[in-house]
Amino acid sequence: MSSAIEVREVSKRYGSVRALSGVSLKIEQGEFFGLLGPNGAGKTTLISLLAGLGRPDTGSLEVMGHDVVRDYRRARRALGVVPQELVFDPFFTVRETLRIQSGYFGLRRNDAWIDQILERLDLTAKANSNMRSLSGGMKRRVLVGQALVHRPPVIILDEPTAGVDVELRQGLWRFIRELNEAGHTIVLTTHYLEEAEALCERIAMLKQGQIISLDTTRNLLKHVSGVRVRLRLQPDHVPEALRRWHTGREADSEVLQLPDYAAIESMLGVLREGGVAVQEMEVMQADLEDVFVQMMQRP
Amino acid sequence: MEGFVTLLHKELLRFWKVSFQTIAAPILTALLYMLIFSHVLEHRVEVFPGVSYKAFLIPGLVMMSLLQNAFANSSSSLIQSKVTGNIVFVLLTPLSPLQMYSAYILAAVVRGVMVGLGVLLATLPIAPLPFAYPLWILVFATLGGAILGSLGLIAGVWAEKFDQMAAFQNFLIVPLTFLAGVFYSVHSLPEFWLAVSHLNPFFYMVDGFRYGFFGVADVPPTISLAVVAVFFLMVAGLSVLLLGSGYKLRH
Repeated sequence: MSSAIEVREVSKRYGSVRALSGVSLKIEQGEFFGLLGPNGAGKTTLISLLAGLGRPDTGSLEVMGHDVVRDYRRARRALGVVPQELVFDPFFTVRETLRIQSGYFGLRRNDAWIDQILERLDLTAKANSNMRSLSGGMKRRVLVGQALVHRPPVIILDEPTAGVDVELRQGLWRFIRELNEAGHTIVLTTHYLEEAEALCERIAMLKQGQIISLDTTRNLLKHVSGVRVRLRLQPDHVPEALRRWHTGREADSEVLQLPDYAAIESMLGVLREGGVAVQEMEVMQADLEDVFVQMMQRP
Repeated sequence: MEGFVTLLHKELLRFWKVSFQTIAAPILTALLYMLIFSHVLEHRVEVFPGVSYKAFLIPGLVMMSLLQNAFANSSSSLIQSKVTGNIVFVLLTPLSPLQMYSAYILAAVVRGVMVGLGVLLATLPIAPLPFAYPLWILVFATLGGAILGSLGLIAGVWAEKFDQMAAFQNFLIVPLTFLAGVFYSVHSLPEFWLAVSHLNPFFYMVDGFRYGFFGVADVPPTISLAVVAVFFLMVAGLSVLLLGSGYKLRH
């Protein structure tokens, strides 16, 4: 069985900017995969190359075993992409937009699936409205619909929930999860790290055009070192001996980043000796944001 | 095939939905040219023996409108899609460069022919035309529309902003169309300008088209057809090559 996506030693330059350098990546069929990284890390470039919106300088990319350059027609049929930018064609209604997109893939009588997409994306009431009249969140949902209209086995979502309100975002994720459970491979980039943590089985982190980490979400969270502790102190003062762990204040509490759980005991000892009472204490679990920050700070 | 049909349908809908601007307005403009030029020049100019200036002018105006609107269709569609970013919806699909080319060009020809037909119907009551060789009319109309559609596609791919598109249109397409013998016979020009006119491929489109109406032309219609056909193959080849290479589209 071929991988859903296989990227081999791909490099891409835009003038003097190196957008990707020697990226290799394999995503298996049925995975829910996260692609994370700060702005300019190369996520969108990688997606563009997979979608045929650009060509790699070196290396090769495959979607469901089809080379995206040599066998582009099969590769594109296997791929649905939700682009990051909120683009639309102002000449058409929502239904026309979906029908046209479906037709490009050779599917002309696809109304049953289009109706289902409209319903799941909460767009049925807007089916005959012109794209111009839609809010930003609705336009983004139409973009999701356009990516799904030809039932591609691999779906790439580049920041799909930006500007979509919480309720609809949850509805959208339910739908995407169902598609994943039905066998579709999902690749997601998002700025909402909690989304990636909750949804993705594996995560690749990109920095300056290179993959700096590729692991299961669970392993990534395990690797994050240290414990974050939030304390409400009386008097509200962090003793000198704890200053090296002090990272700042949140509301009326002090936040300390300790090297490990064992350090909690010595921290409490220092506070006791200094006559500082702990009125409230919260030990915070490491989340993907911590992992992300740590990874990005590494030289 | 379905993909091509869908893109063609979309391109047709795109101009049909704004048909006041894309069909009716250019017909009115051509009608105004007709009224003004024929009023000023009738009785002063006889280009072909036995053909009134009004009658001479009509095929020229029809062809000029056809060419300009064929160009406008593909060029505006591409530049708008590029500037707004929705070109991505076409680029993500399995459509081949040839399918994309054919859909854009056929839509351009349809719009050009619709405008041309509109101009013809609106001006016919002013001066009757003989329609000597309808097949020549059809061939030159189709090839002319396809050439300008291709030039529009090339301009649309090349231009990154509306200003560049306007430059392409105003400094290349409009002069070449106006200087193609729409309003006059090139034989009325001084020798130098006559020679220059023969270097303008648009001249052969207009002249061959006019031959279809009157059975008379400045150059033999077979020569016009040969020049127009070769020019078409050149611009079509370049268009497909540009779409295939992804120049300024897939970057």
